[in-house]
Amino acid sequence: MLTGFLQLLAFLLAGETLVYLAALPLPGAVVGMALLLGWLLWRGREPGENLGKAATGILQFLSLLFVPAGVGIILHLERLQREWPAILGSVLFATLLSVALTGLLLRALSKNKEAGHE
Amino acid sequence: MNERLLGLWAHLQTLPVFWLALTLGVFHLASLLAKRTRGFPLANPVGLSILALSLLLYFTGTSYARYFAGGQWIHFLLAPATVALAVPLYQQKERIHCLLKPLLLTLAGGSLLAIVASVGIGWALGASPSSLLSLAPKSATAPVAMGIVEKLGGIPSLTAAVVILTGITGAVGAPWVLDRLCIREPAVRGFAMGLASHGIGTARAFQESEQTGAFAGLGMGLNALMTAVLVPLLYRIFA
Repeated sequence: MLTGFLQLLAFLLAGETLVYLAALPLPGAVVGMALLLGWLLWRGREPGENLGKAATGILQFLSLLFVPAGVGIILHLERLQREWPAILGSVLFATLLSVALTGLLLRALSKNKEAGHE
Repeated sequence: MNERLLGLWAHLQTLPVFWLALTLGVFHLASLLAKRTRGFPLANPVGLSILALSLLLYFTGTSYARYFAGGQWIHFLLAPATVALAVPLYQQKERIHCLLKPLLLTLAGGSLLAIVASVGIGWALGASPSSLLSLAPKSATAPVAMGIVEKLGGIPSLTAAVVILTGITGAVGAPWVLDRLCIREPAVRGFAMGLASHGIGTARAFQESEQTGAFAGLGMGLNALMTAVLVPLLYRIFA
C-alpha cells in the first residue's frame, strides 16, 4: 500500500515535471495519469498488488476529495445572489444536455461499429 | 462555564485538524443519510457535505482560508487520485481498444457541446462575461478547469464551485437521463457521465459497476485534455 502510494506520487511528479519542461497547458495530475497508463500498457502486465491496493483505496473516497474545494462556494455568495438563475441554469441544462447527447452519440457510433464487424 | 466553552471554540477553530475532522465527520454522516434514503437522488453525499459545511462556516463567521487550512489535507489527495484512475482504465484496455474510434468521435462532439451549451445557456440567461468564462470548462475536472480559467484571466475559485455543482448535477441527474433514453450499456453510461460531470460523476458511475466507473474515468481524462485544448481555442476565436 505504501509503495503503491509512492508510485502514484512518483507519476504525479513525473507529470508535473513534463508539464513544466514542455510548458504544456495541462494539469500535472492528468499528464501523470496518462504516463501511468502508458507505463502499464508498455509493461503489459496487471498492476502490482501494492499499486492496485493504493489505487482502489484512494478511488473509494474519490467523492470526499471534492468537498473542501466545493465549500469555496461561500467566497462567491454575492455573485451568486446577482447571477444565480444564469449560473444554475447553465449548470443544470448544459450538464444534462451533454450527458444525453454524449450517451446517444456513443451508442449510435458503437452500434454501427459492432454491425460492421458482424 | 459559558465563557470557557466559547474559549474552547475560539481555540479549536484555529486548529486545522478540527476542520479536517469536521469534514470527514460531515461526509460520513452525509453518506449514511444517502444510504438510508436510498433512491432519493438529492441526497448526494458531496452536495450535502458542502451545504452543511458552508452553512456552518457562514453562521460561525469562519473564513474559507481558516477552513481550508484543514480541508487542504483532503484536497491535496485529488491529484494522486486522478493519477490512480489509470489503474481501472488499464483493466478495461480491451474494451477501450475495440471502441476506440467511436470513443474519440464522441469525445470531440461531446466536449465541444459541453462548452458551447454552458456558455450559450449562461449567455441567454444573462450571465456576466467573467461568469461565462468561468462556466466554459465546467465539465472538465476541477484542477484542469481552474488552470484553464486562470490562464485566460477568469476567476478560478468560482470555476471550482461551478465545476463541483456540475459534478453533483451529473451524479444526481445523469443516471435518470440515461434511464429515460433507455441507454443501458455500462461503457456508454460511464463515458457520458465522466465526460459531462468529471470525478463526481465518475465516483457515482463506480457505484453502478467497475466497468461503468472505468469508462467514466476515461471520459473524464479525455475530456480534461480536450477541454484544455478547446476552451483557449474558442476563447481566441470568439472573445
